[in-house]
Amino acid sequence: MSQNLIQAADLSLFGADPLWLVLLKVVAIFVILVLVTLITIIMERKVVSWMQWRVGPNRVGPNGSLQSLMDGIKLALKEEIIPRTADRAVYWLAPVIACVPAFMTWAVIPLGPEVSIFGTTTPLQLTDFPVSVLYVLAIASVGIYGIVLAGWSSGSTYALLGGLRSSAQMISYEIPMGLSFVAVFLYAGSLSTSQIVEAQTQTWYIILLLPSFLIYVTAMVGETNRAPFDLPEAEGELVGGFHTEYSSLKFALFFLAEYINMVTVSAMATTLFLGGWRAPWPFSLWDGANSGWVPMIWFFGKIAAFLFVFIWLRGTLPRLRYDQFMKFGWKFLLPVSIAWILIVAVARAIRNEQALDLQQAVQAYGLPLAGLLVLYWLFEEFRDRRKERLAAESAKTDAVVEFDPFAGGHPVPPMPGQSLPSASANSLPAQES
Amino acid sequence: MEFAFWICAILAVVGALGMVFSKKAVHSALFVALTMLNLAVLYAVLEAPFLSMVQVIVYTGAVMMLFLFVLMVVGVDSSDSLTESIKGQRVPALLGGAALGVILVGLLGNVVTYNFGLDSATAAADGNMQGLANLIFNRYLFAFEVTSALLITAAIGAMVLAHREHHTPRPTQRDLAEKRFLSGRHPGSLPAPGIYARHNAVDTPALLPDGTMSALSVPKPLASRGALKAVDIAAGEEVSALSRGEAVITSQSTDQVEG
Repeated sequence: MSQNLIQAADLSLFGADPLWLVLLKVVAIFVILVLVTLITIIMERKVVSWMQWRVGPNRVGPNGSLQSLMDGIKLALKEEIIPRTADRAVYWLAPVIACVPAFMTWAVIPLGPEVSIFGTTTPLQLTDFPVSVLYVLAIASVGIYGIVLAGWSSGSTYALLGGLRSSAQMISYEIPMGLSFVAVFLYAGSLSTSQIVEAQTQTWYIILLLPSFLIYVTAMVGETNRAPFDLPEAEGELVGGFHTEYSSLKFALFFLAEYINMVTVSAMATTLFLGGWRAPWPFSLWDGANSGWVPMIWFFGKIAAFLFVFIWLRGTLPRLRYDQFMKFGWKFLLPVSIAWILIVAVARAIRNEQALDLQQAVQAYGLPLAGLLVLYWLFEEFRDRRKERLAAESAKTDAVVEFDPFAGGHPVPPMPGQSLPSASANSLPAQES
Repeated sequence: MEFAFWICAILAVVGALGMVFSKKAVHSALFVALTMLNLAVLYAVLEAPFLSMVQVIVYTGAVMMLFLFVLMVVGVDSSDSLTESIKGQRVPALLGGAALGVILVGLLGNVVTYNFGLDSATAAADGNMQGLANLIFNRYLFAFEVTSALLITAAIGAMVLAHREHHTPRPTQRDLAEKRFLSGRHPGSLPAPGIYARHNAVDTPALLPDGTMSALSVPKPLASRGALKAVDIAAGEEVSALSRGEAVITSQSTDQVEG
């Protein structure tokens, strides 16, 4: 608890900026996000083309690097087509709702330590408060409205199906995402992003809490509707999904929101598990690596690594079937994350109460527990399979038994696997006769 | 603080009224979301950040989203019927609403004039989260556990109600594939019609590797109307010969193509 007190004092760094500095930070975050989006799009096209043995965009600018800028201008100048069946107000509102929260999240992302801007010492973060990770989750859940409303207001079946899918998908994957944060909160003793970074001075949480990290990384791909979880816009099934009926600048806003969300979840993964702006190992030996403006390099480098993985996934994996995707989220990710939180909580409690070494605690309680859980899961899995096999076999043998419409002396419907005798033979008069 | 109050309070009331007066169910749901977001901002202003964020995550993000999910299935064009189904409910409803309003204004006004925000309580408890956690997991632990048991019961009840027993095992992906192949029909997606310089259209059958035309690649009605534009036979034969490796492209055949 004393740890929490120290950290509560640390938050006083925030909220003391003069107005001009706040505005400067807001504008800087906006500019950074738009630039990062442009870079991400060109990076995606170049990396995917590299993975597919082709050149990719190579006409505009040096080595095609201005292609996404030009595409953005083209997109904004295109003709706008609004379907007649659209609900105009909501149709107009949806891209705004999708886009604004995407920017808002970055208010609490720590980009670096304290620096001096025009003589004012300030952290490289717009603001922070005791629940800023919850703020990120809350804002993300508002952003889903944009997609869902876009699907609904278009007045088109494909868009509606995409919207329905995305609402179900994002709610489902928000749960494992939130649960993967819990272990981090337990270790950091705080929900504020700057303090979580502070708490990772010694060890990054990816090492301490690897399962949480893996759950988060899976959930973040589902949360951003990216391949292989891009079911809301599955081209093969839904044309374009929720944005089928959108064109011009409104479509561009959805595009922008999707890419900013990618960057945001990467930034959250960096902050929560990869030490935020702290330098990775060989560089951390240099004293200057964690002070001043230098840490922004590490921060954006880590984000770029996540973005590369996003693109890699898209270039490699086929899209999941919808029911498989849901099954994975609810029947695998959710129980695994709950079990993991249980283990972490027990480890923390033991450490707090008995002052046991963490390693000892994990060895004494966590590992046997984890082993039991894995065994139980395997047992369930095999039992299910056996059940399915038996059911399939019995269905096959049942089908052989012929349908008796008066089994037991009463008129009865056919059992599963049996079929009614063909109707034309006895009840309906045949046309020829 | 008062500045934020006047903005958010007005927006929250607008949302509440909009919810009552809008004709489409989805618009109503959106207005409720607006009200909830403004309430969340008010909580934050009153130094209750945790409650504020939970309000957004749980109510705006999950509960309203599920409402919206159900409403969306109803479709974009539908609006509720405005005929009154319960006769004579208006006067009692108005009276009851007014009574509730008086009670709320009286009670809340009383509370607000005495105690404004959670500043002092938060300071006394070493932080908003810490104070809440202390209360929930010490003083109100039993109530918390009972509530969670209730919620779990409700969740299980919902699952039981929505559960549908399968009499036969669900066909797996493998079963479906086997069935598709055993049916004897074309198992995959049909071949696309031929795309040629002269006939860039669905009425031109695709050529199979041996040079014959694929009947599957063109719509049946077109074929029965005799509206198909076959690729000319010479080209077909040439392709066929090429596929067998018997012919090479000669200058003559190139001329033919160009001509």
